[in-house]
Amino acid sequence: MTYGLVSAAYIAAAVLFILSLGGLSGQESAKRAVWYGIVGMAAAVGATVFGPGVGHFAVIAVMIAIGAAVGAYVARKVEMTEMPQLVAALHSFVGLAAVFIGLNAQIELNHVLALREAGGDMETLAGFAQKLAHKSPVEISILKVEVFLGIFIGAVTFTGSVVAFGKLAGKIDGKPAKLPGGHAINALALIAAIALGYLYFTGAGIWTLLVMTLIAGFIGWHLIMGIGGADMPVVVSMLNSYSGWAAAAIGFTLGNDLLIVTGALVGSSGAILSYIMCRAMNRSFISVILGGFGGSGGPAMEISGEMIAIDADGVAMALNDADSVIIVPGYGMAVAQAQQSVSELTRRLRARGKNVRFAIHPVAGRLPGHMNVLLAEAKVPYDIVLEMDEINDDFPETDVVIVIGSNDIVNPAAQEDPNSPIAGMPVLEVWKAKQVFVSKRGQGTGYSGIENPLFYKENTRMFYGDAKKSLDELLTRVD
Amino acid sequence: MKIGVPAEIFPGEARVALTPDSAQHLKKLGHEAFVQSGAGLKAGISDAAYADAGVTVLPDARALFEAVDIVAKVRPPVEAEVDMLRAGQTLISFFWPAQNEALMERAKSRGATVIAMDMVPRISRAQKMDALSSMANIAGYRAVIEAGNNFGRFFTGQVTAAGKIPPAKVLVVGAGVAGLAAIGTSVSLGAITYAFDVRPEVAEQIESMGAEFVFLDFEDQTQDGAATGGYAAPSSPEFREKQLAKFRELAPEMDIVITTALIPGRDAPKLWLKDMVAAMKPGSVVVDLAAEKGGNCDLTVMDEKVVSENGVTVIGYTDFPSRMAAQASALYATNIRHMMTDLTPEKDGVVVHDMEDDVIRGATVVHQGEITFPPPPPKVKAIAAAKPKDKPKELTPEEKRAAEAAAFRKQTIFQVGVLAVGAALMGLIGLYAPDAFMSHFIVFALACFVGFQVIWNVSHSLHTPLMAVTNAISGIVILGALLQVGSGSWLVVILAAVSILIATINIVGGFLVTRRMLAMFQKS
Repeated sequence: MTYGLVSAAYIAAAVLFILSLGGLSGQESAKRAVWYGIVGMAAAVGATVFGPGVGHFAVIAVMIAIGAAVGAYVARKVEMTEMPQLVAALHSFVGLAAVFIGLNAQIELNHVLALREAGGDMETLAGFAQKLAHKSPVEISILKVEVFLGIFIGAVTFTGSVVAFGKLAGKIDGKPAKLPGGHAINALALIAAIALGYLYFTGAGIWTLLVMTLIAGFIGWHLIMGIGGADMPVVVSMLNSYSGWAAAAIGFTLGNDLLIVTGALVGSSGAILSYIMCRAMNRSFISVILGGFGGSGGPAMEISGEMIAIDADGVAMALNDADSVIIVPGYGMAVAQAQQSVSELTRRLRARGKNVRFAIHPVAGRLPGHMNVLLAEAKVPYDIVLEMDEINDDFPETDVVIVIGSNDIVNPAAQEDPNSPIAGMPVLEVWKAKQVFVSKRGQGTGYSGIENPLFYKENTRMFYGDAKKSLDELLTRVD
Repeated sequence: MKIGVPAEIFPGEARVALTPDSAQHLKKLGHEAFVQSGAGLKAGISDAAYADAGVTVLPDARALFEAVDIVAKVRPPVEAEVDMLRAGQTLISFFWPAQNEALMERAKSRGATVIAMDMVPRISRAQKMDALSSMANIAGYRAVIEAGNNFGRFFTGQVTAAGKIPPAKVLVVGAGVAGLAAIGTSVSLGAITYAFDVRPEVAEQIESMGAEFVFLDFEDQTQDGAATGGYAAPSSPEFREKQLAKFRELAPEMDIVITTALIPGRDAPKLWLKDMVAAMKPGSVVVDLAAEKGGNCDLTVMDEKVVSENGVTVIGYTDFPSRMAAQASALYATNIRHMMTDLTPEKDGVVVHDMEDDVIRGATVVHQGEITFPPPPPKVKAIAAAKPKDKPKELTPEEKRAAEAAAFRKQTIFQVGVLAVGAALMGLIGLYAPDAFMSHFIVFALACFVGFQVIWNVSHSLHTPLMAVTNAISGIVILGALLQVGSGSWLVVILAAVSILIATINIVGGFLVTRRMLAMFQKS
């Protein structure tokens, strides 16, 4: 395949990737869009493999076969509740690959430079090395910047994603944990990395890159360790963004436009997702990444009243009498694997002509759009699953709201108490409904440790217990 | 506990406080139900139906009062009934304690507890036992049906071969529970329905029921229903004049007028005066749901149907719920059952008369030899105080245009600023960077731009598939590894091979899981 054909394939792939992302604007077009992505990727990989300057086909074939088998297996086996971990794990792969490719580039560069020094025959070089051989000194120093950036971002993405994976999978404690010194350590590490970078540019050799990789890995690990479970939607989208920028940096290193385009697409996608998540929590990106909640300007509002419990009979009775029901799912539903029961409840209520809808807060769950996927898995039709902005005005006309395993996203303190740590965060105004049932394991506060005045409201009843068990019990009573 | 329901002795009363259905629910609470023989006959429930539901049927009221711990009935008790109560026994019924002080004293002297269903506070939690509302709902419905019964024409308009029939016009005065029920019924029968209320906040409810709110242009007087527990309060003379003028204007057009205006603790306000009736077309109907309190209409005679000189029928019945005894009994029995649920918190058949509970405290008028009426105000306000509406300032067209122009200018300045800074930055890079880098950089900048444009359109519900798909395509780093794997250095080959492996996992895994997720999204 000639260079021209390869370029044509790359252009086609880039267009297909853009169409693929654009197609995600609607559920139906998305089903087609994913095929655009697959075809684009096949074109890109095919053109590269059969293009100029590629060798060791046996290695490529074996690796792709193994990788494809593993990927297909994982994709088939993963539970929808485990999506956040899977996404995090996949991010770590991109990061690691970026680190390896960056190191490779440096090794090849050294090789080429050594050869040039020795006055060897440059024409014997193949592939990437050949390209390097034609670079001018200015281009080589730019290449070094790119290699440095690619490895740095890649390493941060790698360890960060591994930690995020651990936290999401419950293998690491979800609470924020920092080494003594906190962000000062990160800052020091960053300075050290930059210093190493300077040494590297001035020709100190590959050891600087290796040490810098380790330091970047430490930064990624320490940064994500310090962020709590409920902020994971931001973290995962941020890592998504990083994996894109890492790919783009590698693209610069290799002078490959398709890598640059794709990396930029992924990077901006992740950046926008992070922005949407942060806005949904009314917090700045920096405050989320640096962990902890922003300073609150005074004592929290006193909450009067008491939490009143209710049993399944009471909830069932209210549901039987209700005409309109809104269900607000949160991470608790995913933890308890209650989505099937929720779906069954929805089906039965809808069969009796009740208007049942779902209200999804942008940061519900541990991944942007997590709840939508869980509900879709349980065969809840997507046209009754609504976003916060679409449904928030409907609560006053709603008879019954069931809150399943969410806390901060339905906390009225965000609107009523200017001193609350979450003041100003957009929340679902469930308390405006006639009756609210909160399915919750116990009386404790949520991840953020903020008291929720909703639980003390006159029209709120607490339905204690594991979400799945509670709902199953409810199902036996709703006829 | 044993709960018993005697037959109603008030003449014409057809309702009963227990149905087989509610008896079964009471049983679940651990109670035992009793009924006087024949109590449900007028509501269409035979003794056998009760017996089937596990209710013990007793021959007469005396036997019943002796057998049970709690007596539940509909109408306020007569003296003879109060005298049958014994110490410690509980009576649940409508009681109207403000008007029935003597009866209250008598119950106190018997040592009985009395829970007045009409005193259940109007808070959300107590809605399920709000018998006044459930009865008013029936009254509202029945009022329309009674009106239809006496109205010689269709409600709905039709165009038939025999000619065009105009739809009836119905005016409902007072949009409380009864008023809203009347509006709903009238609208669903096809009449053009108008409704009026002194509380402006109900306009929304009226409109949501499909009726037209009769708007009164009156500046100062806006009643806040929240201050009076959701009920109307008397209005100022000026307001009343304005209101009557409006009614006078509407009267000739209206075929059916249903008045439901009541002010707690007062006689019903006279709103539909003689001259308005006189202005109505012959054959029109006025149904006065306030007849018991003297009526909203001048011509109303309590419990009777009269026809005015110009042929307008004025209905002053007070027993609308009883006229629908089966439905009314079912709802009332459910109200009673909910009251028992609150009285039996443990569901073990043991009544806990918790005087700390707002609802129970409010409804209890006699307890442990004390008169506990009137109750203290409930701890929670029934309805949140209406917030004063701040009208958005009306902008003149010039001001609006100016504001728009300013916003436009600001946006332009911002965009131009960003572009200028961006261009300067690009220029700076361009000065120093080599050509090859710049060409790649242009591609990068454009791709970021396209990415931002495209991603904003992605639907929120597809954010997880978006992450999975971007994950898959970020596996494009495989290209880098592919380009390097042909190297002569074994170390490079190994690292590149590993990169190919994990990038492939990413690509295949990412795409397949996205496909799996998207396939799950189904429309209903």
